[in-house]
Amino acid sequence: MLFGVVGSRNENRVRMPIADWFKAREDRKYTPSEQNRGSGDVPDGVWSKCESCKHIIYEGELAQNARVCNYCGHHFPLTAPQRIELLVDEDTFEETHAHISSGDPLEWSSPKSYPVGLESAREKSSLAEAVMTGRASIADHPVVIGAMDFRFVGASMGSVVGEKVARAFELALAEHRPLVLSIASGGARMQEGMLSLMQMAKTSAAAARLADEGVPYISVLTNPTYGGVTASFAVLADVIVAEPASLVGFTGQRIIEQTIRQKLPKGFQTAEFLVEHGMIDEVIPRSDLRAHIGLLLDYLDIPGGERS
Amino acid sequence: MKSRFVMEFERPLVELERKLAELRELNVSENPELAVEISDLGRQVERLHEETYTNLAPWARVQISRHPDRPKTQDYVDACFDDVIELHGDRHFGDDEAMMTSLATLAGRRVAVIGHRKGKNTKENLRRNFGSPQPEGFRKAMRLMRLADKFALPIVTFLDTPGAYPGVEAEERGQAWAIAESLALLSGVRVPVVVVGIGEGGSGGALAIGFGDRLIMLENAYYSVSSPEACASILYKDAAHACDAAVSLKMTAADLLHFGIADEIVAEPLGGAHHDHEAMFSAVGERVNAALNELVGEEPTDLVEKRYERLRAIGVFEEGA
Ligand SMILES: [Zn+2]
Repeated sequence: MLFGVVGSRNENRVRMPIADWFKAREDRKYTPSEQNRGSGDVPDGVWSKCESCKHIIYEGELAQNARVCNYCGHHFPLTAPQRIELLVDEDTFEETHAHISSGDPLEWSSPKSYPVGLESAREKSSLAEAVMTGRASIADHPVVIGAMDFRFVGASMGSVVGEKVARAFELALAEHRPLVLSIASGGARMQEGMLSLMQMAKTSAAAARLADEGVPYISVLTNPTYGGVTASFAVLADVIVAEPASLVGFTGQRIIEQTIRQKLPKGFQTAEFLVEHGMIDEVIPRSDLRAHIGLLLDYLDIPGGERS
Repeated sequence: MKSRFVMEFERPLVELERKLAELRELNVSENPELAVEISDLGRQVERLHEETYTNLAPWARVQISRHPDRPKTQDYVDACFDDVIELHGDRHFGDDEAMMTSLATLAGRRVAVIGHRKGKNTKENLRRNFGSPQPEGFRKAMRLMRLADKFALPIVTFLDTPGAYPGVEAEERGQAWAIAESLALLSGVRVPVVVVGIGEGGSGGALAIGFGDRLIMLENAYYSVSSPEACASILYKDAAHACDAAVSLKMTAADLLHFGIADEIVAEPLGGAHHDHEAMFSAVGERVNAALNELVGEEPTDLVEKRYERLRAIGVFEEGA
């Protein structure tokens, strides 16, 4: 089975300080494949409804199919650990910069306290932040990989996401490993204000440095990718692919509708729409992603870490 | 009384001033009590004037930053620079009037100027999308960045936009791509970049030309991850909370200085820059020139490295072992 555990059924729901939280997480010794293999992790009788074709699908069946609907091909969302497991060669992922967590620089309290929101996101996702990064290999190419997790405050980019993404670019640069980022995001992390906005410049500057050194960068856009993340590192890749029907754009559809006061064209901002308008390279179904990235790296990867 | 644009936070004051003016129209010699009332009201007006314009709330500053008579990019270019040659077009699709790109001379130094451009009236604003650039606006700005880099011209940018234009065509032509590419390009130009926040600094549309080696903020300019209205409608589910959002977002010039994002603040006349254009032109011209004086001697590689370090240092987080 490819994927098992979804959500946080087994997680500790007691409030704990961030340092303890990291320790508890460390103690669990996370490896996606092992954690997900135990058949007992999926309670019997868990079903999900496909939002596209409305079929009711058994969780076990979904998990076996990388959470793609067997009936209509709809791609269910993946968590960051699931995404990494999908993309990398088995047991090759080694997490980096895991112990970075958000502060509350704006002392954001209304309408909802930011630290409380963060804590509930941590509990819900058992992640420290909205992006997970590390070293791994894809089709035997050593890479730096990162995956964003929409469950964590809508995978919005605050200081931590910006920092971890910038470090992923820098690690790729230092080790001359291609960078592969799987992206999903609602945009900026409002509760970090200007510090959040500036992460767009920070990550884009890091992306520009990687490009200058000729180290390849491939981005995989998934549903949904919006705002400040789209308008920064997400689209600065050498090759950009997207999962079928993913919505990708700068401004959200509701706001555009309000501005122009008319219905949006059919298929607006879908991955297929972006291919049609020349903004991304290809739409790749989830089942083909790993092989596709592997083949891309055959073309783009630097032999022996150096260019001749 | 001459009709003027009244900002929401000024309304109580303007109302009181109107009453005072009405009383003064009356014949005081027939009614001695009126003279007492007028002098009382006069003192009230003075006090309210003081209260209204000192310690401005963030939402009041946002209103000032949007004041129709506030000096705009074109005004600064016309007043502070000589021998201006405006350049047009992105060489891909069109010429976005919401973005101004010019070659210009500041105190004898040749520079490249890029700025968001709002209109002075409705007609101009319709053509300029109220200062909200389309992708071709950012691509036009990039053209000037490349030109500046190629010919060693320092870059001066003026920020005054509610944000990038939220439209169907903007998305079709890659609004996000244009902004991202502008960020990547600006991070590596081998010339000094001085940014001046003169009015609205709305989100990614401002940031695309809005970071560099110095950030100078006008006292009542704002620079924010989101407009207070958008933030309120997303987080408070009600745009009427914009006033609260303006506080929460920490988007004023003073906030930016506090977070180490802005380097300096240019004071404005009491009530806002629109009260004294000439004073603003000379202050801004001087500060930009001073910043350039500090930066022009730097080695291009040092400039780029320092700019990167400056960006890398922005962010607040805890790091455990
Ligand atoms: Zn389905």
